[in-house]
Amino acid sequence: MATETGALDTFPKFLLHNAKKFGERPAMRHKDFGIWQTWTWSEMHEEIRNFSVGLKALGLKRGDKVAVVGSNRPRLYWSFCAVQAIGGVPIPVYADAVAEEMVYVLQHAEVRFAIVQDQEQVDKLLSIKDDLPALETIVYDWERGLGDYEEDFLHNFGEVQAEGKKQLAQSGAEADWIAGINEGKGSDLSVMLYTSGTTGKPKGVMLSYDNLVVSSQNANKFDNFDETDEIIAYLPLAWVGDHIFSYGQSMTAGYCVCCPESPDTVTENRREIAPTYFFAPPRVFEGLLTEIMVRMEDAGNLKKKMFHYFLDVAKQTGERILNGESTSFMERLKYKIGEFLVYGPLKNRLGMTRMKVGYTAGEAIGPEIFKFYRSLGLNLKQLYGQTEASVYITAQPDGEISADTVGTPSPDVEIDIADNGEVLYRSPGVFMGYYKNEEATKETKTEEGWVHTGDAGFLDSNGHLRIIDRAKDVGKLNNGSMFPPKYIENKLKFFPNIKEAVAIGDGRDYVAVMLNIDLQPVANWAERNNIAYASYQELANHPMVYDMMAEHVDQVNLDLASEERVAGAQIKRFLVLHKELDADDGELTRTMKVRRTLINERYELLIEALYDGSEEKFVETEVVFEDGRKGKISATVKIRDAEVHEALHRSGAMKEAAQ
Amino acid sequence: MNAPAMNLQSGRDDGIAVGEELLSVSNVTLRFGGVTAIQDVSFDILKGEIRAIIGPNGAGKTSMLNVINGFYHPQEGIIRFRGEARSRMKPYEAAASGIARTFQNVALFTGMSTLDNIMSGRSLKMNKNFLTQMFYYGPARDEEIEHRRRVEEIIDFLEIAHIRRQPVGKLPYGLQKRVELGRALALEPDLLLLDEPMAGMNLEEKEDMSRFIIDVNQQFGTTIALIEHDMGVVMDLADRVVVLDYGKKIADGQPADVQANQDVIDAYLGVPH
Repeated sequence: MATETGALDTFPKFLLHNAKKFGERPAMRHKDFGIWQTWTWSEMHEEIRNFSVGLKALGLKRGDKVAVVGSNRPRLYWSFCAVQAIGGVPIPVYADAVAEEMVYVLQHAEVRFAIVQDQEQVDKLLSIKDDLPALETIVYDWERGLGDYEEDFLHNFGEVQAEGKKQLAQSGAEADWIAGINEGKGSDLSVMLYTSGTTGKPKGVMLSYDNLVVSSQNANKFDNFDETDEIIAYLPLAWVGDHIFSYGQSMTAGYCVCCPESPDTVTENRREIAPTYFFAPPRVFEGLLTEIMVRMEDAGNLKKKMFHYFLDVAKQTGERILNGESTSFMERLKYKIGEFLVYGPLKNRLGMTRMKVGYTAGEAIGPEIFKFYRSLGLNLKQLYGQTEASVYITAQPDGEISADTVGTPSPDVEIDIADNGEVLYRSPGVFMGYYKNEEATKETKTEEGWVHTGDAGFLDSNGHLRIIDRAKDVGKLNNGSMFPPKYIENKLKFFPNIKEAVAIGDGRDYVAVMLNIDLQPVANWAERNNIAYASYQELANHPMVYDMMAEHVDQVNLDLASEERVAGAQIKRFLVLHKELDADDGELTRTMKVRRTLINERYELLIEALYDGSEEKFVETEVVFEDGRKGKISATVKIRDAEVHEALHRSGAMKEAAQ
Repeated sequence: MNAPAMNLQSGRDDGIAVGEELLSVSNVTLRFGGVTAIQDVSFDILKGEIRAIIGPNGAGKTSMLNVINGFYHPQEGIIRFRGEARSRMKPYEAAASGIARTFQNVALFTGMSTLDNIMSGRSLKMNKNFLTQMFYYGPARDEEIEHRRRVEEIIDFLEIAHIRRQPVGKLPYGLQKRVELGRALALEPDLLLLDEPMAGMNLEEKEDMSRFIIDVNQQFGTTIALIEHDMGVVMDLADRVVVLDYGKKIADGQPADVQANQDVIDAYLGVPH
């Protein structure tokens, strides 16, 4: 193997470096045929090299764009590096996007090659191939069902590798390949990630090796990651977080990335691996907690009592122990017993036994949920990031944790707050620009390199950043009170029974919300209370479910009433939607964020009804099935009033008295 | 009994070219007391094809499958499998000779896991005697590992890894059907009989199942005979169709021809008598 020259400034150079430095250490694992298969760094180097040379033989050139579509499988991660080694640019695409959504990205990026997971993705690409004149070659990872496809531009991943291996047998082929890697520079375009975007067409964020390598190295230093760490890769490849955690940080730190057997087995696979570093959006932590609580409801009496007793103990002492505060001997003893009887087995169940650091980001996490995990002794922290920043903007340092901040600026990051409250940042991770979209680049990135996040927030007295809402979403009610929709929605979503909430109120007289029930806990509750129902729709519309939702709304109103700035934004009316908001219907983004404008249009009738005083409304909604076909569901949705509380905040009360 | 073949394509490398006759049914008549369930029916199944058997309720489709896999014994007629005529055959002999089937109503061991259910399909392929198996270590374990490998391939193929350890009784119907298909595949059959594989499924499950049937046929080269009610499915999947009505064969041929056949239309829609 030839030696690498110069600085380690691209991922292919890191690959060569790691293959030598960590040769026999595990680089990647994948559960296949029920057994965890492992590749060491030198084996992975060989796999990537063979594939890379094979791709070159198929005609891949420097500067070519290559779409990578599929779930978290080793071969797709290898594709990133194999493409980059030749000087190509990988473009991971959300695998669950329907064909029409994919056309735009692939057209815009002018991809020449596509590396895809299986028949499903091949079929999708074949169905849109006529719209993609630039697309010449498709390589697939899993051959099932593809045996009789005759298209000559379709290639099996294994065969491409075999071809590469054959070429490598000739003298000079390997040196050529390494020379190609050494031609790469840190300032080169490394990857293009299309942001799902809550509005408009997706934009291609161009990130250079300098952006990603520095951000990854900083992050590794911040939390002390090295080659002994292990993570499980389960988030979409097209999301910047996964690209940094499962690719960038692994390449720079040398840690092992484990790919689950299938997207349905992640929880089980995580338990088997017990990763030392775990990242998840709040909904995953919520989901795990909900699942535990639901299961505990069905447990025996003794277990239930023990579980709840020790959770109370953890609530009182767990976080203090984690933060290194002083605790009495009895407290520590009780906690130790709890660790043996409850927390240990629970952490094992969750696959968090070895977890050094866990991060959550993307949305606000419920304080209760956050505290629950921390009280078990898990070092769960929050971070705030963006694709445009190569993830890291702020993160919580160990020991400075709270549920409502997102931490202090990450290494090398500067933060500024604009006059309108918008958060700005500048860092080495700041993106090169949006692909073929000068205008948008200028709007987002200033001449001096400051990037507009679009989020409203402020730095608190400890220098920690707090995010309130999307800057453009913060509105005003007709009486002038502030209306932060996401703030209200998050408070609602912290109830396990509520899966999604949409708040309306900008330019209106009062705040109203539309709710989605979370089927798992609500169905379980219905079973325990002998409530019969035949469908999601019927359950959502059940009067007792409405009673339950009314309680939650009331709790949120009480909460809001206690905070001076948002006391005016209490909820006056609410309804429970007859269908789940769904990314396939365009109501949520692929990263599960609410698309406000679209929902406002689609549920116009319901929103009208929320403000015209009617008690119920008949609606018909179009739905899109997974294969792209359309159907309709109709329902009569009930609307209820909620009680508005007097502002409890002292200064608020005084103001009223003064008036 | 031979040692287990190294791949599931055993059906295609035993020297018979695709398109040759694998099974033929000649002038078969089956009676239950005074009731004639099947009357003088003849047809053949060629190697590598998907053959559909259709017909209205009570036409004798399931009886036909039961005759083929030795569950019922016809009073008249000959069944030839791989050119060999047989008269009275027991179901386990049919299984041993390479005929596997799934049932109209799911027939799995509900208390056992997906893995164990599919593993049970391998039992015919296990050669080690009871004593060796009781001792477990040594040859019996090697054999078990080999069988487990094959079962894992099937689990991977059918995308049921996430339910590997779950008791099948708790699974939704669509998945149970898939596990049942898995168990039939575990036998590495030359001929796979599917009795209404899509009954009671929703559209998405039907599409999944159709894809699996096509993939089994193409990838493993398994010949498939299936009974199905959904005409759309039959038209898409089958290479040839045989139509039964009141125990008699009324049509046989390409899906499009059968669909246009007046007798078939009459049988399905009814004619004034």
